[in-house]
Formats: sequence, structure tokens, C-alpha cells
Amino acid sequence: MTDMDDEEPLLIAQGLTKWYGRQLGCRDVSLDLYEGEVMAVVGESGSGKSTLLQLLSAQLEATAGRVLYRMRDGVTRDLSILGEAERRFLARTDWGYVHQEPTLGLRMMVSAGANVGERLMAVGWRHYGKIRGAATNWLERVELDPARIDDTPQTYSGGMRQRLQIARNLVTHPRLVLMDEPTGGLDVSVQARLLDLLRGLVADLKLSAVIVTHDLAVARLLSDRIMVMKGGEVIETGLTDQVLDDPCKPYTQLLVASILPP
Amino acid sequence: MYVAAKGGERAIENAHRLLAYERRGDPSVPELSLAQIGEQLTLAVDRVMNEGSLYDRELAALAIKQARGDLIEAIFLVRAFRATLPRFGASEPVDTAAVSVRRRISATFKDLPGGQLLGPTFDYTHRLLEPESALALTGEPARAEANQNTMPRVTDLLAGEDLVEPSPPADSEARIGDLTQDPLSLPAARDVRLQNLARGDEGFLLALGYSTQRGYGRNHPFAGEIRLGEAELEFAAEEVGFAVPLGRITVTECQMINQFRGSASEPPRFTRGYGLGFGQCERKAMAMALVDRALRARELGEEIRGPAQDEEFVLSHSDNVQATGFVEHLKLPHYVDFQAELGLVRRLRAEFEEAGTAGSVREAAE
Amino acid sequence: MNTPAYNFAYLDEQTKRMIRRAILKAVAIPGYQVPFASREMPMPYGWGTGGVQVTAAILGPDDLLKVIDQGSDDTTNAVSIRKFFMKTAGARTTTSTRKATVIQTRHRIPEAPLGEHQILVFQVPIPEPLRFLEPRETETRRMHALAEYGLMHVKLYEDIARHGHIATTYAYPVKVDGRYVMDPSPTPKFDNPKMNDCAALQLFGAGREKRIYAIPPYTQVKSLDFDDHPFERYRADGTCALCGAADSFLDEVLTDDRGGRMFVCSDTDHCETRRSRRSGEPQQVSP
Repeated sequence: MTDMDDEEPLLIAQGLTKWYGRQLGCRDVSLDLYEGEVMAVVGESGSGKSTLLQLLSAQLEATAGRVLYRMRDGVTRDLSILGEAERRFLARTDWGYVHQEPTLGLRMMVSAGANVGERLMAVGWRHYGKIRGAATNWLERVELDPARIDDTPQTYSGGMRQRLQIARNLVTHPRLVLMDEPTGGLDVSVQARLLDLLRGLVADLKLSAVIVTHDLAVARLLSDRIMVMKGGEVIETGLTDQVLDDPCKPYTQLLVASILPP
Repeated sequence: MYVAAKGGERAIENAHRLLAYERRGDPSVPELSLAQIGEQLTLAVDRVMNEGSLYDRELAALAIKQARGDLIEAIFLVRAFRATLPRFGASEPVDTAAVSVRRRISATFKDLPGGQLLGPTFDYTHRLLEPESALALTGEPARAEANQNTMPRVTDLLAGEDLVEPSPPADSEARIGDLTQDPLSLPAARDVRLQNLARGDEGFLLALGYSTQRGYGRNHPFAGEIRLGEAELEFAAEEVGFAVPLGRITVTECQMINQFRGSASEPPRFTRGYGLGFGQCERKAMAMALVDRALRARELGEEIRGPAQDEEFVLSHSDNVQATGFVEHLKLPHYVDFQAELGLVRRLRAEFEEAGTAGSVREAAE
Repeated sequence: MNTPAYNFAYLDEQTKRMIRRAILKAVAIPGYQVPFASREMPMPYGWGTGGVQVTAAILGPDDLLKVIDQGSDDTTNAVSIRKFFMKTAGARTTTSTRKATVIQTRHRIPEAPLGEHQILVFQVPIPEPLRFLEPRETETRRMHALAEYGLMHVKLYEDIARHGHIATTYAYPVKVDGRYVMDPSPTPKFDNPKMNDCAALQLFGAGREKRIYAIPPYTQVKSLDFDDHPFERYRADGTCALCGAADSFLDEVLTDDRGGRMFVCSDTDHCETRRSRRSGEPQQVSP
């Protein structure tokens, strides 16, 4: 029975479509994401990749199509049928969402320790020492100085804030993490170190992830599979290395060709 | 030997007597009459009726006298009185097109059917403090007879060309929200919002309206029409089966014409903001219209950039009776809660000092 | 001009019915804030209108009313509210905690344990325990509905991280009947344990914010804390200079400008009762 469950996708999107009035967000997007798999969604701005991420995390309501998620009890459920309470609970425990802008995913006026510990407290942890211990642990794992546990993210640099956001999301051992340009807006050297960290964490924790990025190098480094989008439509999908080394569609070819050699 | 202070009751009685004494002032100076307040401080009376949510000039004048001229205190008196009155029901909606107009201006057209009627206004006076003698009457003023049949509302004229959004039609089955009967619940529908603004503090709304003009949620307002006049109030009495006239009230109405909008499926039209109040209350009606329009940001899909567009913020803080109650309640004894805080601060200070001396002892030992 | 004739206890019967319906809902869902259409009362918002409306709705001609503020019957606002009920309801009043059937209070719970025949009415300024963490009513309502109280513990965590202690000394949040987090009103945390398993009905009225909530008799009320930083009662270290009590909440009285101070019981009835027992004098009941 367990083998069968492992072969069921963790996240399924079927024909996802979103219209903003007469403006198309995305049209007819389908994907299957398995446990431990990382999918990159790439495209230029306006491609619909951010809309897709918000639809997958039920932050937006789809005009058509649906999103299915396999819960911890093994049952796959349609997210739109879940009650708000259940969705919010999932968002706090089983899922992570990393915003491009870390201030959106953090409580800026509250200490780093509280930021990381909040999800634990929300699920009933009531021992200050243990909460603080778990927070310290996670700060170390994302390569932040644990001595700064009582500082607020106001005093952190952009790269540090992003690491903190990641720790805050991972503390409840989510199975699915959605990331929106996690390294966007950061210094090139900072980006490289952060990508390294992400790659390590994803492998260690066997996370499933959907990573939205305009940067093909990020996709190549982190993802197993890739989906290329343009103007709200899916252009091409497949294994990352295959698509990037041997793109089929003309748009993908153009995209790949436009990367300047390092 | 410490004896707990007693006599709070006597202190209060004495304070009330002293207040009455101060209210009268110098007894050789003639006492103010309600008629004087009603006739000569008309605009104060109008404000008290508006924010007190009660149309009764004599009661408002009495409240102003009892409150020694403190208008918010007077408004409180009127509100508290209103809360004791029996309610028979709601009147028919006032038809402002049928108002017998004493003043009517429009900034959007140079001239329009019915003309610009200035009426009694401070607008073009020079704000020069006059010697009291100069305030005396010097003969009968000219009065223009307004014929309301030739004075259509500007918004109706624009609507005739479909240039302005129509006022959303009311659902005749739906119960009109009533803030004096039900607590405010958010998000609020427009009927409740307008009610909240109508009885809201003039100063607060003025500042918020001003802020929209300065960019905190700008909506490009034009004063489409401001009209002042007397309106007939009618009540649909079930027993007789038709609307019974109750009397006439003075109202001020302001229609703002704001930023146009359209979409791929809708042609562009101007949007609107609305203000209405008892008596002559232009500043209030205009501010109300600006804030009404700002609060429609969510419904009109506009970016929310300023406090005037924040429904929860505006509606929760517009009531000056609530505001003054809470601000002034700080005068009440809070020594028990303060005692609790004192205890904590003293303890933390003690720990702080201990940590300091421990540190210096360590240093000395090293 | 209309001159009003006031109903018993000022409020008209319709309004009392509306308030009682809200009270019933509140009792049915312990700790949950029930919205109600608060009326303008003859005293300002923020000065006890919520408590006054609750008391006015439940007061009957046979009741014996006690009104205290900061624990004392003689503070100005307690006097003012007591006089209000004497005037509008001809209410019989008392300073005795033991004898009163309805006790309206601001910022203290009486020291004497309460009985099943009694109702304690609290005056509440800000009913929402999450208000200072989340100013939006729309969001806090959702948090209560979904029992999302993580933010509350974040605040407590921050206090310990910053000060080494939970820094809330009054209006200390509690969990009622294992479900709703509630603000007990600005009573010192010293009083929190009295709410737990109390024989009396406890009603909370917030007039300006238009909410009523309740703790039914014998309900579990637990102050929020951490396992390794358990809730602690705070009390000034001292005894009452008048009656010698070593276990009542104390007021600090400044006696000179050179740091001279003394402590007296905040609960004046408690103090007087102890003193009259010591000297054998009978207790007085106010007319």
C-alpha cells in the first residue's frame, strides 16, 4: 500500500486558468509534482509564473481548473473544497511559501527566534526553552549566527532575512515548499551561497518544491523538472537538463540562447 | 496614622455645584437664552444636530448651553437623550431634488439651469475681524426666489448623458443598516458607511478629506453641486396606508464628481462621492463626500494608499463621543494597573543591577 | 420639548432584551466576544457604559448592588455609578462583598470568594486580547474563529527573550474552557486565578467596543504561559498597614516627597471586614 502512495503525486494541478477581468494570468496549466521532486517554473515577467504559484498555494481563486494535494493521511483532496481553517492550517504546517521580498514573509518587528518559533507555538509547543532550542538549531542550519536570535530582522541584511524566512518556513517540516524568486534582488555572491544552502536543505529534508524564477541558472542548479511559460501559457515542460540542453520549442531555444556564458 | 481618603461622594457633589456656578459666569451679565443660541449661533446648533443624530434645534441649543459651548459635550448630551426616545420607524427617503433651495452652486459648470445661487455664505467675505457694531443689521437683504422646477441636480444632468455612474439602486427588500441599533460590522455596506460619516466628527473628516486632496488616495474631486434648502419629511404610516408629512428640515447636500473609470466592457464614466447633513453644514457635507468616495476604493478596484481609504480605520475612529470617552477615561484612577507595572519595572531594574554588579565582580576577580 | 420618563434602570425593555440575548449567547460560548448594539448612556464611553448596560439589564428590584473601582467603593467613578443605579432603579446598595448579589467592578476582583447567588460584572475598555498585536478587527475575528493563537504566544516569547519574564502585569490573557482566548479586563494578574472555577457568573461588558462576553460558573480559566515559565501572581512585598493582611493585593500610598510609602489593601471592604473582626465591631450596610 505504501508503495502505491509513494507513486501518487503530492501536488496536482489540472487545467489551471486565471483571468483578471479581461487580462489573462495563466491558461490551462497542468502539472504533477511527486515527493522529493523540485520543479522550476521559468519565464520572463508577465509569463504567468507568479500567478501560477499563487493558485497552487490557494492564495488566488482559479477561474477554471483545480489543485489537488495529498494530505499526510494519504488522501488527495481538492484544495477549493477544503475549509478555510484547514487551508490555513496546511499553510502553517505542511507547506512553506518563500516570498521574493523577505519582509512579506517575516514579522519584521519581532525577534528572529520568535519568527522561527511562531509556527511551533501555533501548533501547540509550550516550552520556551525547547522553542528557543529549535529556533537556535534552525538558525544554524540556515547558516545564521545563533547569537543573533534575539535581534529583529530589521537589523539583518537582505540575504540574512531570506535565510530567516526559509528557516521560519521549514521549522514544521513541510512537505511542499513554494518559492517565488527566492534569490531575486540579492547580490550575486549572496545568491550563490543561498542557492547552495537551498540545494542542501531540499536534499536533506526530501522536500518537494515549486520554484518560480526568471533565472535559468537557478533552475538548473535546484530543479529536477522545468516548466517554461510565456504570456500565461505553458510552452514546454520536461527534465531540466534535457530541456535546457536540448530545447524543443523556439521560445525555449531563444531563452536558453540568451543566457550569457559565465 | 494614615486614614484612607473618603468623601468621594461629597467631592463629586461639590464639583457639580461649582460647575453650575462657572456655567452661569458673572451674574451681572445677562443669561443666554435658548432662542438667542438658536437664532444667532445657528451653525453650532446645526453641527450638534448632525453629530448628535437628532433634528431638534431647541434641544441642540439647550445642549450647547448646558455644555458651556463645548460642542462635543453638547453632542454627547443630545446622543444620550436620543437613546431614550421611542422609535416609530424610518421616514421616506428625502428627495433632495425637491428641496426648496436657498443656496445652490456648482463648480463643474459656469452656468446651468437654475443658475448659481450664492445664498447666505461666508465664502466671499473678507476674513477681517469687525468691530462688533459692524455686525449689526443694516436693512433687508435681497432674496432671489428659487424655482426648484428649473433647478435639476447636476448629477441628473450628467446622468442624462450617461457620463456619471448611477447611484446604486437600493434593494427595497433589504433592511437599511442602523448604527444606533446594531454594532458596526466590517466590511461595511455603503448605507452604514454613510451613516457613520454623517454622525462622524467634522474635524476628523475634514482632515481625511484634505489628505485625499494632497495625494493620500487622490480621486480628482470636483464639486458637482452643493445645495442648501428645506426638504419635506414624510413618514409612511401603516394605519392610513399613505405617506404622512411630518414637517420640513433644512439639509445640505454635496455631490462630488470624481475620477472617471471604465473598462473593456464598460464605457468611462465619472464616479461620485456623497455628503448630506442637517442644517447648513457645507464643510461637513463636502468632507463627507470626499471620504465617501475614498472609502469606495475597494469596490472600485483602486489601490489603497491613504488612511482615508482604510475603511476599518475611518469608521472605527470617526465617532467623537466614543473618542472623547476613551481619551478622557485616562483621567479615571488606574493606580491598580499602574501598581502592577511598577512592581515589574522595579523587579527588572533590580535584576539589571544585579547582573551589572555580578559582571563587575567577575571582572575584578579576573 | 420632550422630557423623558426613564424606565427601571434607565434602559428601555427592548434594549434590556437585546442585551440579555447577547448575555445568553456569551454564556453559551464561554470567552467568546458577542457583538451588541451598545447604547449611548449618560456617562461617557470608556467610563463603564458596558458594565452599566450589563448591570442594568440584569438588575431586579430584589438585588443588592455593590460597585467598586480599583477595589474601592469610594472612588469617584464607583460613587457616580452607584448613584446612577440608586436614581434610576431605586437600587439597594451595599459595600459588603459577601451580601451583594450583583457586583460591578473596574480593574479588580474582590478578595472574598464569591458564591453561586452572585454575579460579577466587569467594566472592559478593550475586549480584544489580540488587539495590540493585530489592530484589524477583521483579522482578529478570523483568528478567534480558527483558534489561531500563535501570535499571542509570540508576544509572550518576546517578553521572555527581552526581559527574562512575561511582561504583562494586568489584562493578562487567559484561555477559557480550553477554547477562546480572552482579555479579563485590566485586573492585575494577581486576580486571574480567582476567575478559574468560580461559583459566581462572571459577565464582561465593553460599551464603546460593543462586546459582551462571559465565564459561566465553574468554568476552567487558565492564564497563558510556557511550561518552563509558568504564570506567576505578582503582589507587592508587604502587609497592609491598616489590617495586616499579607495575602491581599496592595495599593501603594506615597506619604511624603522623600520616598516615604506605605501599603494598604486595594479591596476596601476586605480591609474593613478584617479590621472590624479584629476590634469586634459589627459591619455597616449602606442604606
